[in-house]
Amino acid sequence: MIALQKVGVSFGTGATRIDAVRDVSFVVDAGESFGLVGESGSGKSTVLRAIAGLIAHARGDIALAGKPVGRRRSKADRKLVQMVFQDPYGSLHPEHTVDQILVDPIAIHRLGDAGRRVARALAEVGLGPEHRFRYPHQLSGGQRQRVAIARALILEPRILLLDEPTSALDVSVQAEILNLLTRLRREHGLTMLMVSHDLAVIAHLCERIAVMSHGAIVEQTTAERLATSTVDHPYTQELLRSNKGFRREEGEGLCPSTPAKADPLQSIT
Amino acid sequence: MSDTLLTVRDLRVVYPGEQEAFVALRGVGFTLGRERLGIVGESGSGKSTAGRAIMGLLPRSARIEASELRLGTTDLLRLDERGFRRLRGKRVAMVLQDPRYALNPMMTVGRQIAETHRTHLRSTAAAARKAALAMLEAVRLHDPARVYDLYPHEVSGGMGQRAMIAMMLIADPEILIADEPTSALDATVQLQVLAILDELVRRRGMGLILISHNLHLVSGFCDRVLVMYAGRVVETCVASRLAEARHPYTRGLLASLPELGHRRPELPQLQRDPAWLADTAFP
Amino acid sequence: MSGVPLARTGGRSWRDWLLATAPASRRQARLGNWYRSWLAFRRNGLAMTGLAIVLLLIVVAAAAPLIASPDAAILQSLSDRLRPASAAHWFGTDELGRDIFARIVFGSRITLAIVAMVAAIVVPIGLGIGLPSGYFGGIVDAVLMRITDIFLAFPRLILALAFSAALGPGIRNAVIAIAITSWPPYARLARAETMTRRKAEFIQAAELQGASPLRILWLQILPLCLSSVIVRLTLDMAGIILTAAGLGFLGLGAQPPTPEWGAMISTGRDYLLDQWWVATIPGIAIFIVSLGFNLLGDGLRDVFDPRSG
Ligand SMILES: Nc1ncnc2c1ncn2[C@@H]1O[C@H](COP(=O)(O)OP(=O)(O)OP(=O)(O)O)[C@@H](O)[C@H]1O
Ligand SMILES: Nc1ncnc2c1ncn2[C@@H]1O[C@H](COP(=O)(O)OP(=O)(O)OP(=O)(O)O)[C@@H](O)[C@H]1O
Ligand SMILES: [Mg+2]
Ligand SMILES: [Mg+2]
Repeated sequence: MIALQKVGVSFGTGATRIDAVRDVSFVVDAGESFGLVGESGSGKSTVLRAIAGLIAHARGDIALAGKPVGRRRSKADRKLVQMVFQDPYGSLHPEHTVDQILVDPIAIHRLGDAGRRVARALAEVGLGPEHRFRYPHQLSGGQRQRVAIARALILEPRILLLDEPTSALDVSVQAEILNLLTRLRREHGLTMLMVSHDLAVIAHLCERIAVMSHGAIVEQTTAERLATSTVDHPYTQELLRSNKGFRREEGEGLCPSTPAKADPLQSIT
Repeated sequence: MSDTLLTVRDLRVVYPGEQEAFVALRGVGFTLGRERLGIVGESGSGKSTAGRAIMGLLPRSARIEASELRLGTTDLLRLDERGFRRLRGKRVAMVLQDPRYALNPMMTVGRQIAETHRTHLRSTAAAARKAALAMLEAVRLHDPARVYDLYPHEVSGGMGQRAMIAMMLIADPEILIADEPTSALDATVQLQVLAILDELVRRRGMGLILISHNLHLVSGFCDRVLVMYAGRVVETCVASRLAEARHPYTRGLLASLPELGHRRPELPQLQRDPAWLADTAFP
Repeated sequence: MSGVPLARTGGRSWRDWLLATAPASRRQARLGNWYRSWLAFRRNGLAMTGLAIVLLLIVVAAAAPLIASPDAAILQSLSDRLRPASAAHWFGTDELGRDIFARIVFGSRITLAIVAMVAAIVVPIGLGIGLPSGYFGGIVDAVLMRITDIFLAFPRLILALAFSAALGPGIRNAVIAIAITSWPPYARLARAETMTRRKAEFIQAAELQGASPLRILWLQILPLCLSSVIVRLTLDMAGIILTAAGLGFLGLGAQPPTPEWGAMISTGRDYLLDQWWVATIPGIAIFIVSLGFNLLGDGLRDVFDPRSG
């Protein structure tokens, strides 16, 4: 369903140039849910944005549903893949009601029958008609994220990209959203590509998982192997270790630069 | 722990609304020593409001009452905006939730950090730049010089969060209130950032309030944990024994966490009990 | 609690309808949002004063013939020249014996017309240049901003003077001259607002859904820029009125016998020492109206963006 072949993205030029994504290749089958974990700043969001067609200067080949997609996406390509962003506070227009937010994509694609479609999409994500004409500031974080998911689903995409969909939400809402995603995936046969830094969340939703570091995929593994800690790459092992949580004794060992370099914290006192 | 840096007793915050006022905090009390205090609780339970009240950052319309709100010997209830401005950054600092909103979109990340240094320590531009770069390195950013010149929309979520932490630590505050400081960071960097905070608490005796949804993180990192629900502290416990918490709300939160290696088709969702609202003191 | 303790009668229901947390239609949601802003605005005493002044200006302009006789504003009566205030002439008379009160009342129409026409020209030009410049960046931005810089480089009054001199005196040309020199700050403002919003995730979400750039600019970015443009415009109104008066004063704006406030000051200046009211009354009118717009603008800014200021 999704096939990436040597995809690369760089930002800036000259001295400030950075290769945010370097030669990333992976394949996600139809109906599968694929996870992407890795260091902060390692290019996970950039990979998603490249697949979504938001980065015009991405290199390499991206194929969706077996068809290579070009730099400029047609409306049909757009309909195929939708994305849910990390920040439920920043991804909804502050001066549009939920209704406007959901009607807009219907108008763009001239799907018609907006009223019924919106009502159905809201019901699908567990929101009632009372939420339909509210502004985002009248909704809680979890409700906003539901609206964002409804907006992504209203075009009936076959691929859903999720960029840390629950990291801004509290654990009880996280459980609701994860359950919602599980159900939507089952009912619509969606292909999902999800980014998260919470290994437990990723392993809950995804079967196969790729680990990124410094713009490249260092290892592809599975949820089971993560659970049983049978991973190969040192970075993945470190990630698993870190995932166990903070331990006081480790606190010191975690700052390898402390004795070697002058401690930057010291210099500011 | 040793001496008390901050005392909060019976803090109430009311946001006036168009139709009816909203009581965001209804009698919150705690003290903070040179320790790591965690505050957990669901969204809207008033965690950020408590932090903002201490910083004097609540909107002007909000009503604040408390029988005591004291920072060292300073009575925060009597402080005006100017007094707070002198306090902020230097004595108490707060890492705000949503760093990318807290940062000025039209100014590079590094300049904002340097500006903070200049205002509080009256340093020269060159010294401030150096300190800002050192601080960016201290929060484990790979390439501080590059990040220095990036605008907030050009940094990744985790980089923004660390930049914000750098900005708050640069004036060396006595108390740091960190509101979801690591929610956008991957596990390894999260630990590194926590290690920095830990070091500040242990080496310099800083008081730290860590506000977070992440129960695992708080129970592993903090000394004590306050559990908040609907503007109240419903339970206080030793952080390492959070798993043995007794309040049904805390237990519900713990149960809704997905676990690595223990996959359930459906996660249990929190079932709220109206009795929790009446419950003032749960031992 | 902010609101007045409203009676349980009639008023309750529409208030509840407006403030409903679960509006049933788009219209109700929009009106409710406006009503909430109005409630916030209403709390600001100075802003309400500003609003009252601006409303007064509009009412006076609309009802001018009912308030004063049109003839009194134009008709000369040399026997009555330079009379101080009296029951017959509330603000006295000018050097040609015309009633200053009537001239002020009818002059409000001219002031309002200038203000409205300038706004109608400046806002579309400013947005039309600023939005694409901020959104597309690159070459588009460079070209559009250089053009803006050229206009910005000239001192406003001098450029307006040059235009009026070239196009010939008259209100219409004065408006064009003022508008041409006033739009660049709006283009800059719109550009800056657009740039801070361009990377927002909701814009990316719209792109992802296949929205065309035009659609994004119109539906997503424009509404966000509008509030700061309106605030800026209201605050600028004072300057526009003063520039118009300045042109009138120099004889390049409205031509006699039009009762334009600036031109009135200009003729009154010859009598400033002995018949002070001839120049001072229109001066006060200009001052009050400018102040009104300023207070209104400040209040609007507080409503739209509670953090700043
Ligand atoms: N518009 C941009 N201009 C310049 N650099 C950018 C831009 N967008 C991203 N980058 C850089 O690309 C790199 C990868 O960013 P990305 O947002 O993909 O990271 P991420 O893996 O999603 O991190 P996080 O987990 O912290 O969100 C970062 O170094 C970032 O600074
Ligand atoms: N400026 C405000 N005006 C009115 N109500 C507010 C304001 N700020 C916060 N609230 C309300 O106060 C309550 C507590 O908010 P607060 O931000 O403290 O929650 P929180 O525990 O930090 O939640 P989260 O985990 O989502 O950050 C919420 O119900 C919120 O809607
Ligand atoms: Mg990211
Ligand atoms: Mg909060």
